[in-house]
Amino acid sequence: MSTRLATGGRLLNKSRAVSFTFNGQHMTGYEGDTLASALLANDQMLVGRSFKYHRPRGIVASGAEEPNGLVNLGLGGRFEPNQRVTTTELFDGLTAKSQNHWPSLEFDVGAINAQMSRFMPAGFYYKTFMYPRPLWKHVYEPFIRKAAGLGAAPKERDDDTYEHFYAFCDVLVIGGGVAGLQAAKAAADTGARVMLIEQTAHWGGRAPVDGGEIAGKPVDNYVDETVAALEAMDNVTLRRRMMGAGVYDHGYVLAYERLTDHAPDMTGPRHRLWRIRAGHIVTATGAIERPLSFAGNDIPGVMLASAVRDYVTNFGVSPGDRTVVVTNNDNAYLTAIALKHAGLDVPAILDARVLPTDSALMAQAKALGIRVLMGHGVSTVMGGKRVTGVAVCSQAGEGSILETIPCDVVAMSGGWSPVVHLWSHCGGKLTWDTAQAAFKPDVDKAPTGADGKAFVTAAGSASGALLLADVLSNADAAGQAAATSTGHKTARNASAAPEASHTPEAPMAPVWLMPQGAGIKLRSKAWLDYQNDVKVSDVQLAAQEGFHSVEHAKRYTTLGMATDQGKLSNINGLAILSDSLNQPIPQTGTTTFRPPYTPISMGAIGGEARGDVFQPIRRTPMHDWHDENGAEWEPVGHWRRPYAYVRSGESTHDAVMRETKNTRENLGMLDASTLGKIIVRGPDAGKFLDMMYTNMMSTLKPGKCRYGLMCDENGFLIDDGVVARIDEHTWLCHTTTGGAERIHAHMEEWLQTEWWTWQVYVANVTEQYAQIAVVGPKAREALEHLGGMDVSAEALGFMDWADGTLGGFDVRVYRISFSGELSYEIAVPASKGQALWDALMAVGAGLGVMPYGTECLHILRAEKGFIMIGDETDGTVIPQDLGLHWAISKKKDDFIGKRGQERSHMVDPTRWQLVGLETVDGSTLPDGAYASAEGTNANGQRETQGRVTSTYHSPNLDRGIAMGLVLNGPDRMGEVLTFPGTDGKEYKAKIVSPVFYDPEGEKPNV
Amino acid sequence: MSNIVSALNQKTYADGIAEVREIGLQGMITLRGDTASTAVKSAATDVAGVDMPAPNQVNCVDQRGICWMSPDELLVLCPYETVADNLAKMRKSLDGAHALSVDVSDARAVFDLSGPHAREALAKLVPVDLSPDVFKEGMFRRSRMAQVPAAFWLHAPDTFRIITFRSQAQYAFDLLKVAVQPGSEVGFF
Repeated sequence: MSTRLATGGRLLNKSRAVSFTFNGQHMTGYEGDTLASALLANDQMLVGRSFKYHRPRGIVASGAEEPNGLVNLGLGGRFEPNQRVTTTELFDGLTAKSQNHWPSLEFDVGAINAQMSRFMPAGFYYKTFMYPRPLWKHVYEPFIRKAAGLGAAPKERDDDTYEHFYAFCDVLVIGGGVAGLQAAKAAADTGARVMLIEQTAHWGGRAPVDGGEIAGKPVDNYVDETVAALEAMDNVTLRRRMMGAGVYDHGYVLAYERLTDHAPDMTGPRHRLWRIRAGHIVTATGAIERPLSFAGNDIPGVMLASAVRDYVTNFGVSPGDRTVVVTNNDNAYLTAIALKHAGLDVPAILDARVLPTDSALMAQAKALGIRVLMGHGVSTVMGGKRVTGVAVCSQAGEGSILETIPCDVVAMSGGWSPVVHLWSHCGGKLTWDTAQAAFKPDVDKAPTGADGKAFVTAAGSASGALLLADVLSNADAAGQAAATSTGHKTARNASAAPEASHTPEAPMAPVWLMPQGAGIKLRSKAWLDYQNDVKVSDVQLAAQEGFHSVEHAKRYTTLGMATDQGKLSNINGLAILSDSLNQPIPQTGTTTFRPPYTPISMGAIGGEARGDVFQPIRRTPMHDWHDENGAEWEPVGHWRRPYAYVRSGESTHDAVMRETKNTRENLGMLDASTLGKIIVRGPDAGKFLDMMYTNMMSTLKPGKCRYGLMCDENGFLIDDGVVARIDEHTWLCHTTTGGAERIHAHMEEWLQTEWWTWQVYVANVTEQYAQIAVVGPKAREALEHLGGMDVSAEALGFMDWADGTLGGFDVRVYRISFSGELSYEIAVPASKGQALWDALMAVGAGLGVMPYGTECLHILRAEKGFIMIGDETDGTVIPQDLGLHWAISKKKDDFIGKRGQERSHMVDPTRWQLVGLETVDGSTLPDGAYASAEGTNANGQRETQGRVTSTYHSPNLDRGIAMGLVLNGPDRMGEVLTFPGTDGKEYKAKIVSPVFYDPEGEKPNV
Repeated sequence: MSNIVSALNQKTYADGIAEVREIGLQGMITLRGDTASTAVKSAATDVAGVDMPAPNQVNCVDQRGICWMSPDELLVLCPYETVADNLAKMRKSLDGAHALSVDVSDARAVFDLSGPHAREALAKLVPVDLSPDVFKEGMFRRSRMAQVPAAFWLHAPDTFRIITFRSQAQYAFDLLKVAVQPGSEVGFF
């Protein structure tokens, strides 16, 4: 059993006990514990079930590489699945639940899959669930969804807040082990701005556990002194609990800071995503120990050798009373020695190597009375939910059992792999280190910036330097190089890394399968990927079935595709693949390393963008009034416009009908502030606008307005609006609500890239004005009540504009109409918008005034056959399709879109044309419906001959009206078309003129 | 006139790690033209009463100032009530020169973000190096603040003055409120 030791635990504060629950059971740990160490201290080795076979799984590692220890953490608004126990710091009240089992962790029905495992090899799902097709959706997928998956999805809104932070520095050092500390110190000594970040809560990494001396003192001393020195420097920022998540182009790095995970009661954001621009990046990300592939290596109690000594040294936890160490290197002997020193039993070290003479560490182990079996390995691990012993065999053989050794922990070590993830994210290449049997950064093929120079340097173990003295000198050089590459001069002549000493280590020997001749029975119990349940036999099967590319084999077997992204399994897996393909490992290569290094929270990615500030809602000056007066909102771009003002007891439809009738009969008011307003000024402004619009704008007289169309260079209609000429050199162009920024940019682009010699300036003044449309037969009367300027037909005719005052407001009044009614649009500076609105509402009170929303606006314009950008147009419609030939100047040599509109397809007489559609029975056509035609097309689909672009119920005509584009439409007046609806009904509509109301246009012209 | 109101009517939030305040109406004139020409330069400096700023700089005293917006655009600041007169004056002095001057005072909302943590609060929202050694008084930056355009400068040692579009004032205020939430000190600068 695993338990807390009486002594040890360098990271613990034993004076402070902390209580927590696991699967509802109350447990205690100490401040400084991780959830993993606390669980082990409470003899909870079994922490979850595997993904596919529901095998019992225990804690394997002690850090970010842990594949098994994933739990559902927290409750309610703080619930989060898949939290790694090894990187979760313990706090009072922590609540954790194991995942992926039913009904309980101890007894899991899904474990039947494990009994079936030989029938569920790699590619099982692909092969089995191909046919028959319908079964996939209705039977297989629901079944797999239930069986697969790790944690539960959160059900409640997240209680916490998150934020981003933009930081800039010369040198960013990722990883706060001894390499990172030394690299940071070397860089900082040059005066460079340095950031040093460490993913855990502690500086120093694993060097203090592994021993050795720096400058004649224990490693801990060096760590404390260097941290103190760095803290005292103004040009250095040190952050703990902050992981380098990804390295991107141009020295851009995402770092993930966990602020309150270890203390949820703290105020402030939970996570902060740092968006860092670094001149140079040093990856001092250390190395990860590899598991060994032997049968039963997933049974709880089989752990990485380094993790075992971490638990003993850092947390004072014994993973078990009797530990068998199995290794292919000297490093794992440190574990045996640490266990012995802690008073625990190590019955044997199984060393797969055969060394000619005892190495120093081997001699130390033997001196402690530990039995060392050279050339031996594990045939199989015994036990179910917990290791009970190992069956020993010769590494060179096929697994014949020589003896069995009872034990409750197996500490394994297959050598060390440098953490090359961050080096590789942005294109850093790897090279195979034969001596270490590992991929390490290829210093000649670093990620390069725009200048072709390297912007990432690996340091310490991450670069392949695994021994303490090498780590320090390598890191010092990396720090200096990083600083120099950002233009800082180093004051040092050579390495200023302190002298370090450590016990020498004999060479390791690569072992990818144990024993090397293991038969299929053993291989199908030798796990590579614990989280995705991939075994040696699966990778071999993939190779046999032709998945030779490592990327293909990965996807076929799912090796390395779980949340741990194969931190433990990758190298072992591709070694097996290489062996199966009879090719050297470097030829097989690695799969792609992609950010983030370990999963980061969705909250951190979203940052502040949630709740009220999820999206930047744009509000007009009268927004609050609308809100208080029943507005139902319609999003138009980021703007919110009232769709209708709904009164109590009224449906939205009722409100729209009421507003539409009232505007025709009495007086309506519309907030038109969102329409774009762009000032175009200069001696060449007229010439410029003649190019921008299809019709002539240069001939417009000051004081007059003209409706204009704007097309893109292909001739398609992109915007429309009323243009007013202000003075000789100045025009004001109205755009659609969503079009202001787009059209402003369109104008600037043409001015800056094509016509830069033309003397024209443009300015977007959309938001300077509140604009109110006063519409209806009583509009003039309302303005006359306000008084101040002459708004009579004589003084201010249709399509005129004038500056003046109304009710004491300085206004600009445009007599333009999008409704077919007598209509004025009144512009005032935005800060007076609400006051003018109030004044108009007051004078309108006796005239039956009602505010109206966008749906009423739509019906009014549709009754008049006015087109709407986005309804009648969809990016493929030219003005000629809409019968707008009158707005296309024949006098102009050129305008944007002219040549496009002359292309053969654009002058094709069979292009669908705009017509009005009137239902035979007065009902309303479904939006977007197609008119059917005889026959079927090449795909066997019904032929069509037109489609509905706008459709409404008109209260003024008391029937459904619509517009649509129809084949030869204008020549087919009176013909009845059939529109099949998605509701199964067929709608019949007659082709008519699109102008349904006041065809002579008398109403606005009074 | 009491019926003239800025977007948020000087709303303030003072319970965070920095204070957020909408400062009310600020007169602003967009002036586009050849900023190297004497006509354009003096049109701006005569109204603002400050020297022409260098590129990416601002000269601003109280409510008067000139912000460098682009190689052919300046933002001239003056008290809100004086905009009409100043525009007239500007247009008169620009007579004959090709330039555009237009009142944009009402198109904007202006915020002060102040206090010892103002820098780090703003650095949560803008992709700009705000280190004291890098972003100094006199510098002017057009950038984005989370999802909206914003321009800002150090109006006083611990005070950023931030200009956004008026329609986005509420968003900007709410956003700054999140950035200054209690307990969110970064400790970077």
